Amino acid sequence: MKAVCWRGRASVEVETVPDPRILNPRDVILRVTSTAICGSDLHLYDNFIPTMMKGDILGHEFMGEVVEAGPEVRNVKTGDRVLVPFHISCGRCFSCSNQQWSLCDNTNPNAKLVEKIAGYSGAGIFGYSHLYGGYAGGQAEYVRVPMADVGALKVPESLTDEQALFLTDIFPTGYMAADNCEIRPGDTVAVWGAGPVGLFAAKSAWLLGAGRVIVIDSVAGRLRKAERDCKAETIDRREKDVLNTLDEMTAGRGPDSCIDAVGLEAHGATVVDHVLDRGMQMVGMQSDRPPVLRETILACRKGGVVSIPGVYGGLVDKFPIGSAFAKALTLKMGQTHVHRYLRPLLARVEKGEIDPSFVISHRLRLADAPSAYRNFRDRKDEYIKCVLKP
Amino acid sequence: MPGTLLKVAAKSAAGPDSGLARAADRYLPPTPTNVSDAERVVSLGVGGALLLNALAGKHLNLLSGLAGGYLLYRAATGHCPGYQALGLSFANGTGPATAVAAGAGVKVEHGVTVNAPVEEVYRRWRDFERLPDFMTHLQSVKVHDDKKSTWTARAPAGMTVRWEAEVVTDTPNQVIAWRSLPGSDVDTAGSVHFRMAPAGRGTEVRVSLKFDPPGGKFGSFVARLFGENPDQQVRGDLRRFKQLVETGETPTVEGQSHGRR
Repeated sequence: MKAVCWRGRASVEVETVPDPRILNPRDVILRVTSTAICGSDLHLYDNFIPTMMKGDILGHEFMGEVVEAGPEVRNVKTGDRVLVPFHISCGRCFSCSNQQWSLCDNTNPNAKLVEKIAGYSGAGIFGYSHLYGGYAGGQAEYVRVPMADVGALKVPESLTDEQALFLTDIFPTGYMAADNCEIRPGDTVAVWGAGPVGLFAAKSAWLLGAGRVIVIDSVAGRLRKAERDCKAETIDRREKDVLNTLDEMTAGRGPDSCIDAVGLEAHGATVVDHVLDRGMQMVGMQSDRPPVLRETILACRKGGVVSIPGVYGGLVDKFPIGSAFAKALTLKMGQTHVHRYLRPLLARVEKGEIDPSFVISHRLRLADAPSAYRNFRDRKDEYIKCVLKP
Repeated sequence: MPGTLLKVAAKSAAGPDSGLARAADRYLPPTPTNVSDAERVVSLGVGGALLLNALAGKHLNLLSGLAGGYLLYRAATGHCPGYQALGLSFANGTGPATAVAAGAGVKVEHGVTVNAPVEEVYRRWRDFERLPDFMTHLQSVKVHDDKKSTWTARAPAGMTVRWEAEVVTDTPNQVIAWRSLPGSDVDTAGSVHFRMAPAGRGTEVRVSLKFDPPGGKFGSFVARLFGENPDQQVRGDLRRFKQLVETGETPTVEGQSHGRR
């Protein structure tokens, strides 16, 4: 089969690799019908997540048709069109039993590695480095799905692939980011990053009762999309000082909650900030660049919530813990518990409350992956979300 | 028990029930460990240096080579024919009362919490013949009766070791304890305790394991060089046990597709 393989920093290739096969009783094999490139795939592309190996198959947003099922899989059968959460969860451990699905105790075969760095390991993730289990991803013609009896969900006939696909990651991720804000009626929610997760966070904030949604970015096309599709007010950080503007907009209170939908490759507010952070990252003094994280903490109102769906992988410099402490902030973060949100959000899509396909900017073939990665990383051609058809 | 190294090698090469293995058991002279662990390390260093010196010189230095070889033999086996002839022993010995004496061998302790009722967790562990499902170094366990069983394990460098085990304590849903019997390739004793974790958090499983591998502490040091760390082995075993009881399988990526490496 054809698969998108990681070959090193800023290099992916579509290679011919062996077809996947069932390895465990709870596996299924899917023929992938649609797959997407995630913003977090760019962290792999830029080589900021350690333990990638040449030849690793990428992709954690995918759906497809079941072509083979292991003996323990009874919820789906050959021929079913299913979608699959980006993380693999066993459904039976303490974490899964407590709805903390992305923290599954059992699905990372390389948990030992993570324990040395983080203390304990969460779930394995498709196509997301060996630190996250080394599972082959779904930017391919076929993919093996472990624990499919818990993960794979049959998609209703009435929905197209494009309406259902983003339930695998970015829609629940944006939704959980807003859910973590514990929004009360009238709340102002500020979202840093108008990429797909930020846009879904903005939409979800409205669904959860926000009174005002403000989106911050530096790409004009993305800000326009936030205004048009998410009814958000926007701040273009190239033109305005973010902290002052937010303070003015909220009459000296600050946003009730702040969402960092950017993560570890953020660009600083000023050139000096950015050069400093970038330099420290290059010489290994910090692995992640935190200017957006710093800004969310400084901007947030007293007693508010900072919610972090953006991915961080290691260490940062100058984390304003004093500000967070002084204002008694709540910080919530982590990989999305997709299984928790999958069915309720599918119901919202079916009822027409939201059509997730609004984020799609490009529809390409699997073979176009190398240029798609490059253009997405460089924000070319108004790139926001790219769907690949194997 | 340095002689066991040779015996184990014979059994591995020709099979445990082969004539060669029986002959090894019968005819190889008893070669008790009579060199202390510290002295074995010194023997390794000095012996290695002498041997290198002998090989590196312009003329093959026979005396130096022989002395080096003799010291390396003492280091590897823990047996010194000289001490034996003189009736001396400085070994960190193993007493007859327990399988592994205090101060001897390697001790490993580790715990894991399994999200299942204590009855099920105990039952799964008590099923000794299924232990190789998650204890990857075990080749097989053959249960003879309530107390006795025969265990065969993979050892470094493709060898196998075998021991007869006896259950000394068995309190359902609380504890299982065992020890190896005389005549085994490896002296081992251990226990596993089961306890309900608070407020429905499953079952805490705590393993305490002690064993005196062929070659004593020195042997386990050498084994570690080949990547067979007993502590990691036990941790891995417990992780797989939890995975197996909770999910019914051991999550793996071995055998999946990838591109050019």
